[in-house]
Amino acid sequence: MSTALAQNRGLGAMIWDYLTTVDHKKIAHLYLVAGGFFFLIGGLEAMLIRIQLMKPDNDFISAGLYNEMITMHGTTMIFLAAMPLIFALMNAVVPLQIGARDVAFPFLNSLGFWLFLFGGVILNVSWFTGGAPDAGWTNYAPLSTVSPGHGVDYYVMGLQISGAGTLIGGINFLVTIVNMRAPGMTYMRMPLFTWAVFVTSALILFAFPALTVGLFLMMFDRMFGSVFFDTAAGGNAIIWEHLFWIFGHPEVYILILPLFGAFSDIFSTFSKKRLFGYSAMVFATVLIGFLGFMVWAHHMFTVGMGPIANSIFAVATMAIAVPTGIKIFNWMFTMWGGNIRMTAAMLWSVAFIPSFTIGGMTGVMLAAAAADYQYHDTYFVVGHFHYVIVGGVVFGLFAALHYWWPKMFGKILNEKLGKLAFWPFFIGFHLTFFIQHFLGLMGMPRRYWVFLEGQGLEAGNLISTIGAFLMAIGTVIFLVNVVYTSVKAKKVSGDPWDGRTLEWSIPSPPPHYNFTQTPLVRGLDPLWVEKSEGKKGMTPAEPLGDIHMPNASILPFLISLGLFIAGFGFIYQVDNKAWLILVFLGMGLTLGSMLTRSLKDDLGHHIHKEELEKDLEKGAGE
Amino acid sequence: MRGWMGKLRAFFIFSALTLLLTGCGVDNLSALKPKGYGSDLLFDLMMISIAIMLFVFIIVMAIYTFVLIRYRQRKGQEDFIPKQTEGNKALEVIWTVIPIILLLVLAVPTVQATFDLADESTKGDEGVTTIEVTGNQYWWHFGYPDDEISTSQDLYIPTGERVYLDMKSSDVIHSFWVPSIAGKMDTNPGDNDNTMYLEAYEEGVYWGHCAELCGPSHSLMDFRVIAVSPEEYDQWKEDMQNVDPEATAEAQEGQDLYENNCMGCHAIGDGAAGQGPNMTNFANRTKIAGVIEPSKENLVDWIVNPEQFKPGNQMPANLVSEDEASQIADYLMELDHSDVGASASEAEVEEE
Repeated sequence: MSTALAQNRGLGAMIWDYLTTVDHKKIAHLYLVAGGFFFLIGGLEAMLIRIQLMKPDNDFISAGLYNEMITMHGTTMIFLAAMPLIFALMNAVVPLQIGARDVAFPFLNSLGFWLFLFGGVILNVSWFTGGAPDAGWTNYAPLSTVSPGHGVDYYVMGLQISGAGTLIGGINFLVTIVNMRAPGMTYMRMPLFTWAVFVTSALILFAFPALTVGLFLMMFDRMFGSVFFDTAAGGNAIIWEHLFWIFGHPEVYILILPLFGAFSDIFSTFSKKRLFGYSAMVFATVLIGFLGFMVWAHHMFTVGMGPIANSIFAVATMAIAVPTGIKIFNWMFTMWGGNIRMTAAMLWSVAFIPSFTIGGMTGVMLAAAAADYQYHDTYFVVGHFHYVIVGGVVFGLFAALHYWWPKMFGKILNEKLGKLAFWPFFIGFHLTFFIQHFLGLMGMPRRYWVFLEGQGLEAGNLISTIGAFLMAIGTVIFLVNVVYTSVKAKKVSGDPWDGRTLEWSIPSPPPHYNFTQTPLVRGLDPLWVEKSEGKKGMTPAEPLGDIHMPNASILPFLISLGLFIAGFGFIYQVDNKAWLILVFLGMGLTLGSMLTRSLKDDLGHHIHKEELEKDLEKGAGE
Repeated sequence: MRGWMGKLRAFFIFSALTLLLTGCGVDNLSALKPKGYGSDLLFDLMMISIAIMLFVFIIVMAIYTFVLIRYRQRKGQEDFIPKQTEGNKALEVIWTVIPIILLLVLAVPTVQATFDLADESTKGDEGVTTIEVTGNQYWWHFGYPDDEISTSQDLYIPTGERVYLDMKSSDVIHSFWVPSIAGKMDTNPGDNDNTMYLEAYEEGVYWGHCAELCGPSHSLMDFRVIAVSPEEYDQWKEDMQNVDPEATAEAQEGQDLYENNCMGCHAIGDGAAGQGPNMTNFANRTKIAGVIEPSKENLVDWIVNPEQFKPGNQMPANLVSEDEASQIADYLMELDHSDVGASASEAEVEEE
């Protein structure tokens, strides 16, 4: 992707550049590559699961390995693929959309990425050291606390480290959006994507600590002999379920809300209309975020909380359908009366509406607490959440990548290949997951290694597997498209889609200081406002002057590397205390790096006016 | 006139849906073919929710299709700039209020059903059966404390009456699910006991699954619920209370081997859930270990190497030789103390 850069300066320099970068646009590249890589691993795991369930009584993979596969598929897709890919979009777009030169804490931004990456690597190292975690991505105690081997330890350490990275990222974007908006960019003029990221960041801030606490308790139980979840010693296993879902349910909205935002921008741009009911959309986003914290126990209807708790959580869950419905209608009425251009980005967005509506409807069905006694932990649930996460999040990621690819890399992803990737993926998606609703109702629980012959489940499972292969084909075509585009496609202007928001007012890819002069925002869809008055670009809010930028640093990488090393120490000190040496080494590196960061003044650097003028002459400032 | 037509249409959709969905799945396993009070109630709730959701979906799809066809860019329209509408208060109120009403329509029966299924008003009354259900990796223990009966894997209940289940787990969390009779309920370790009830309408053998990930053999933790008429149920209880575990002459050696090797974990007669399933009426079971066809050959294979059938289970392999296992099998095959439910089991076999 950055082939041009590499040719100029050599591979080593490029690697060093990425290891030390604090530039949000480069961090977006890192998130994209890492998230994309884990997405492929998670997809591979999914394919193995579907091959195993292709026919009854299959023995393609063993029972133990199967449980590792489902655990790692879920964990990888949620924490290591969807989250970082969303962070890639957030990094690539949000500072540009609010007219900022970087995020509020560029150093922390880099730290967030490296923590996530090392956490993800720890988790996946478990495949090679005697077995991955096998208690499901939900990791319920006591199955997880008694799980033999070190698999669950890897889960705990990996998620703890990468979760810290996510938390840091969330705080960073919260502060960025509060503090770094260009003059005139009031809250109610922010693009919906920025709004969604704002709400998501708040959700991260409040949801992830619950996971952190849960993981610490689990860590002490497994590694240091505590008994928080051990009922025989007076602990309580159900507490884990609560902690996990207090995090886990908002997590669903953390995943979907940024894509809701992206869809809003895409529908608006490709219909050439402003978003219908902007304030209602903002309100709905905030409301979904708020209600997202009130409904976690709907994952636990069969735990035995009693009819009162079940009813309250059922009704609260149903309430979320209202703001979500508002969004669906507003999107359709954004297109109503518009001038719809069916680009690849728009195709994925348009396909999202019916897919996600189905996911939302099965969500309301699941919310009916009593009926959930039949749906719970069956393939009905598997069908439901894949409709939400694939039909919402993955479709959204594809749409957003097609939409913002030119902004990130200066080239438009090939439209023909884009549509060619869409169709097998879209058809495959519905083939795979629609039938699963019925499989569940016909009596197939989820996480089943085999289903038996003569239970009427053969046809449905076979169809589902065929669909999965179609999705794989679609993904491969998308990858081909990425390679093809980076080799063959021509550079495009800064505004290839006739965009409406600030990111389209600067060159593609943007210079590393983003805006030569901070723009003055005069309304919602600021670029559109200027264009409709016949102007070419934004009016600057400041004279051309020196720009202060942060310095690159290797410290975030070292801090994360230290925790990575210490992680192994924590995991294996259970077997032999000698492993504690890794804890000391790793924590030493981490704390030493933090100390260096604290004591050494790093005042950043200035880009001088003359350089900016040179850039402008080269045409970068158009 | 319109209201009447609307009702008729709703009724039509509703019955068409019901017909369509009841075609799905195998008898005695599918939640779409309710054979008991709980599953029946939940099936109706499901149908109400599906009908409401379909109504919404059709409206969404109608607008969606219209918009995409009508407003898609045509040749020569590339420069057309549409009117920049800000919103529409009336429309926005409509699509806020109507969903709220629809959700209330769904919320009322939901809350009703939730309380209905949690009802324990007759529990402990004279003549009301309460059964202790214990989930174990990977088998189920069923105790009838009032009648001093213990069994495993096959749960006998009378038809046409409520039977309460007191549920817990001896190890990790499991979930007890008989889709065609009732919804599921988790069995938790420790003090988080749960209660639910079953009420089967018809006699039959109903398939049960474990529905909470509990280890490698989670998918093999099947069990059966055998619903028999109240008279037969009384007969079964009597049979079970008067078990004579003494073997015939041919199986005497098998019994000795059993007592020396197996008894430590597998009780015969009444008792709390042991390390392994209770064997009292083993020969009446519909399956070996919940999933294997009952034949002597399979039984011997299972005794010698259970790991090959149920990975991760607690029973050690090669505890006895194959010859010894064969003798033990002879003994176990004699543990058929009741004819009750046999006809129902045969019916199931024929169906397959």
